[in-house]
Amino acid sequence: MSNGIVTSHIINLIDKDSRLDGRKLDQFRDIKIEYGVSAKSAEGSALVKIGKTEVVAGIKMEVGEPYPDRLDEGTIIANVELLPLSSGEFESGPPTIKSIELARSVVDRGLRESKAIDFKKLTIKKGEKVWTILIDAYSINDDGNLADAIGLATLAAIKDAKFPKYDEKEEKIDYKEKTKKGIELKELPIPVTVLKIKNKFILDPTLDEENAMGARLTVTTVEDGRICALQKGGISPLTPEDTEKIIELATKKGKELRKLFK
Amino acid sequence: MPYNKRFDGRKFDELREISAEVGVIPNADGSAKFKIGKTIAIAAVYGPRVLHPRFLQDPTKGVLRCNYNMMSFSGSGERVRPGPSRRSKEISHITEKALEPVLDLSEFPSAVVDVYIELLQTDAGTRCAGITAAALALADAGFPMKDLISAVAVGRIEDKVVLDVSKEEEDYEGGMADIPIAMLPRTGEITLLQMDGLVTLNELKEVLKSAKKACEQIYKVQKDALRARYLK
Amino acid sequence: MGELKVKDKDIVVPGDVLAEGMDFLPAGGAFREGENIIASQVGVVSVNGRLLKLVPLNAKYIPKRGDTVIGKIVEVTNNCWFVDIGYSNHACIPLRDGSMEYIPKGADLTQYYDYNDFVVANITNVSKSKEIDLSMKGPGLRKLSEGRIIKVNSAKVPRIIGKQGSMISMIKQMTDCRIVVGQNGLVWLYDIDPLKEVIAVEAIKKIEERAHIQGLTDEIKMFLESKVGVKNAVQ
Repeated sequence: MSNGIVTSHIINLIDKDSRLDGRKLDQFRDIKIEYGVSAKSAEGSALVKIGKTEVVAGIKMEVGEPYPDRLDEGTIIANVELLPLSSGEFESGPPTIKSIELARSVVDRGLRESKAIDFKKLTIKKGEKVWTILIDAYSINDDGNLADAIGLATLAAIKDAKFPKYDEKEEKIDYKEKTKKGIELKELPIPVTVLKIKNKFILDPTLDEENAMGARLTVTTVEDGRICALQKGGISPLTPEDTEKIIELATKKGKELRKLFK
Repeated sequence: MPYNKRFDGRKFDELREISAEVGVIPNADGSAKFKIGKTIAIAAVYGPRVLHPRFLQDPTKGVLRCNYNMMSFSGSGERVRPGPSRRSKEISHITEKALEPVLDLSEFPSAVVDVYIELLQTDAGTRCAGITAAALALADAGFPMKDLISAVAVGRIEDKVVLDVSKEEEDYEGGMADIPIAMLPRTGEITLLQMDGLVTLNELKEVLKSAKKACEQIYKVQKDALRARYLK
Repeated sequence: MGELKVKDKDIVVPGDVLAEGMDFLPAGGAFREGENIIASQVGVVSVNGRLLKLVPLNAKYIPKRGDTVIGKIVEVTNNCWFVDIGYSNHACIPLRDGSMEYIPKGADLTQYYDYNDFVVANITNVSKSKEIDLSMKGPGLRKLSEGRIIKVNSAKVPRIIGKQGSMISMIKQMTDCRIVVGQNGLVWLYDIDPLKEVIAVEAIKKIEERAHIQGLTDEIKMFLESKVGVKNAVQ
């Protein structure tokens, strides 16, 4: 719900380095991570709360044939569902552009471009059988900054995951039996979304702040500070100086958030 | 072969562990989580709000619309494809029918009340868990209700009536009857009754008796959860 | 002989039996079924002689004539404004009740209230099929120009206002905020100091959460004192 006076109020506040909920401009809300929330069903699962925003992510693993151009590589498939359960603004139906954007730009690109997962290690038999890691993230309550919550939740779910037992002779997965083998994560690509309102930059925007949006940039970084994904959103353009400043902020916060996994 | 001992060691008339919590989704007008064994259902209520398209509106009262969905990683085997299936559509429909008899939406003509049910983890009894969670979410939202609705699946394996069927029992090789039941626990009136399998009338009588007793237990957990929100 | 099954101030939920026998009468939130009086909502019991009623702890807003509400303009036509007041049907401000001043026919109505504007309005009529008419003619009825809107449960509005407005006056006085509470559960707040606004919001949210607690006024007073200091405390 875009609401006129609240938006102008937010803009006035941010001009005074203040926010509706009293936070500092670069301050996150409290973050909570819970692992194994669907341990009976999923190979890996996790729930992430950032303030009142809540996301769950789950991992399923399947065995299939490799792509013809990548005979010795498994793959990942990322999907995001913005549930009508999580907000009065979301509707039932096929994926919206917002959910597709989140799946591609936050989950898929972050993991792929950072080479966090060694796809070669997902090969069971070259050219014939490889693992596919299916990542699904669901919004449970949307109070803004779903992108960062989804990023953290999918990483946590992958860290939580264990391969199910695979019988090579029978060519069947026994989903009831999990092995001790996890998915090795060589990098932790952490997305941090920065909103530019007026000439100020804020982190971890709430829904009201997102609706007041000028420009948005989600920056995904890895441990050594390199950027592995960028996604610009919002209606206003960004100058190169803005972009630099945003990346600096996101990299710094990314370092902090990475500690949540250690 | 006689079925003398349940796979999980429960007594034949014993429920799995159950727990409930309301107010779990801040955005929703009412919400609840219900766990039975390892099955976890979350329900959220939105509305009353304007119902489109117009021809679906009822000028005398609000319309209840339920939507049951399994999260894609919540199944026991491969990933469940997102989006509605024939199964989820049927369950959504019977959920509406199970809840409508207790719900009074006369103050909201032409409007719709949406109930979204998501299964986070499943281990049999998902439709019953969904209905139980949905009833809680509607009460939490403050809609007038004649009673809550509690639901449980009762089965018949060989010559035994088994309460709160487990996944292993659902898959019992010798065949079984699976009977999900929802009721107003206060009066014992039934609002959902389905069956897969074969039973005799006498067995069905025993099934209903077992369900009534179990629904009373579930009812208590539901009521405690509704009160707990305000007793902190 | 009738028997009361609950005590005054008990928290009850749908299906709870409040009383047996014909000695008691059900009022709001309760109904008779055979010999029994049953609760139909989550609420606090109020026993008033033979009358049993519930003060709901969470209830949907149902518009009533005379209510002052806050709403958002969602549609502007050439002879009325449609307003979302948190009820399923949108309410309508007809042209003739749009302002104290005369609005000529054919005027651009967005000049008065535009899309997404919030207004404080009065309900002048609710038809049987729940068509709702609003008026902007009256003291305090206006377009809101600055500040924030928060949503609370409409069942808690009486508690937020307090007896003769005591609770809300206390919050206003101690935080210096300007506040308007709509009967429909939308609340408008504004102060130049954003932190004071945050404190007022916290106080209102606290009342919403703990509306059923006795001694709430003192609790809120203490909360406000701890946040703003005693200097602003009620004399």
